[in-house]
Amino acid sequence: MIRVAIQKKLGAFTLDVSFDSGAGVTALYGVSGAGKTSIVNAIAGLMRPDAGRIELDGVTVFDSTTRIFLPPERRGIGYVFQEDRLFPHLSVRRNLTYGRRRPGENLPQPSFDSVVDLLGLAPLLERLPHRLSGGEKQRVAIGRAVLSRPRLLLMDEPLANLDTARRGEILPFLERLCRDLSLPIVYVSHAIEEITRLADTLIVLDRGTVVAAGPVPAITARLDLSPLIDRGDAGTVLVGTIESHDTRYHLTTVAFDGGRLVVPAVGGPVGAALRLRIQARDVAIATSVPTGISTLNCLPGVISELGTGRQAHRDVQVNVGVPILARLTQRSISELGLEPGRQVTVLIKSVAVEITDRSPD
Amino acid sequence: MLSPLEVEIVLLSLRVGFWAVLVGLPIAIAAAWLLARTSFPGKAVVDGVLHLPLVVPPVIVGYTLLVLLGRQGVIGAFLDNVFGISFAFNWKGAAVASGVMAFPLMVRAIRLSIEAIDRRIETAARTLGASPLRVFATITLPLALPGILSGTVLAFARSLGEFGATITFVSNIPGETRTLPLAVFSLMQVPGTEAAILRLVLISIAIALAALVVSEYLSRRVAARIRGTPS
Repeated sequence: MIRVAIQKKLGAFTLDVSFDSGAGVTALYGVSGAGKTSIVNAIAGLMRPDAGRIELDGVTVFDSTTRIFLPPERRGIGYVFQEDRLFPHLSVRRNLTYGRRRPGENLPQPSFDSVVDLLGLAPLLERLPHRLSGGEKQRVAIGRAVLSRPRLLLMDEPLANLDTARRGEILPFLERLCRDLSLPIVYVSHAIEEITRLADTLIVLDRGTVVAAGPVPAITARLDLSPLIDRGDAGTVLVGTIESHDTRYHLTTVAFDGGRLVVPAVGGPVGAALRLRIQARDVAIATSVPTGISTLNCLPGVISELGTGRQAHRDVQVNVGVPILARLTQRSISELGLEPGRQVTVLIKSVAVEITDRSPD
Repeated sequence: MLSPLEVEIVLLSLRVGFWAVLVGLPIAIAAAWLLARTSFPGKAVVDGVLHLPLVVPPVIVGYTLLVLLGRQGVIGAFLDNVFGISFAFNWKGAAVASGVMAFPLMVRAIRLSIEAIDRRIETAARTLGASPLRVFATITLPLALPGILSGTVLAFARSLGEFGATITFVSNIPGETRTLPLAVFSLMQVPGTEAAILRLVLISIAIALAALVVSEYLSRRVAARIRGTPS
């Protein structure tokens, strides 16, 4: 459990944020300059806020009124930076074990072997950092932070300096890490796709303040955050459980709060938790229940909100039990007379549903 | 090969240089770290004072040492009375003179290499639970090793060549303070010693070259390990 309430003036920019975060992955999201890195630096003890308080698992690590400021080495925090920051003169093995001597705290900790295994580092152990690729370096940096027995892991855009291919290489490792370790993580990113794959809780920052905070599905479905969240890739995150498998057609039925979705076959036992993502542009809306249509998923719902937009399209939020975003042309919206309160049917092609195998807590 | 006298001169020179560097090195590392990593009021003055031996005439340095550390000197009298340590007219005084003259060279080389270290790496070590002292010992010092090595060799070579401050402070006493340059100087006062002088000159050059070669080799190995350039 981490509680943050801090103010800091940095030139013309003022950071003034307050939030709590618990288990799982909490994403700090915002455009560059929103104050994300300043917040994690304050949590880590690398930046001293002007005022406020930071509490970690009940331990006050910063309090401006009582003048408490624990130095970074005594905060029990793991920090994965944008750059790998590996120690160039030490082998991968010695980089990984550098933080292992952290004294005092008796925290449950992953073993060296399990982390090496999780991050696929076994073949790299005896190498020096300069003989690693960018993606390998970042994996070592992640392992090093995890192995320092932190109470909390901070990750400041760990994928930002990698190209798309390397990013694709690391994301699965990150997903396994988030799933397998019972370690709270604060994950900074300005890429909504990373957040929808990794995070449980989303905190949206804008110009130094928190504008929204809550579970990822609820926040990503909010239309009022459109200007802040990258809408080029707008979509809804749904959390559900496997209800049944159809081996004949290789399909899986997933139950979620808004009903059932049929999706391409997913591995996993009945009852297993799943996370789905549906891009807004893959969702269609009908004003009556259609027949003779290939789309397997037809969910009844009520239009809850119309997004604004001057372009060809607008995002429409439909409540089917949970909010789902649909991206429609302005023309369709006006020809069908769509407006909040209208009963509609949401059409989602099964093949368009993205499945991330991470099971949320 | 070498005459007993030449052996004595060489060994004395090496001993003076060795102790000058050995005692000066920790102080130089501390000074270099302070100048590279901290800011404090009067830093520019400290920086200037540390560099004085490079720019003032060696005779002035030697005279200052004589005033401070001589038997009647402010510090010298104290050290003599309390600890029985004397620098007056012995090889220890020669080591002090050499060390003081070589000190700025060591500080400069080490400071540059500390300044070249990415501070973000040191910050990362802090977040991994390392105290500032451990960061210094395990990150800063090893990464500054190339500069420390080259600074040490430079200072050692400078110590072997030290003349003005030494002769002013501890005079030119055979077997005690007569190092290579002082021996050459003494021989030059005597006619017909050209051959003996030439031998000392060649010995000097050989020692200096050996030191440079060794330091170059060590620096390359260290740099190769850190930066990955082929060794």
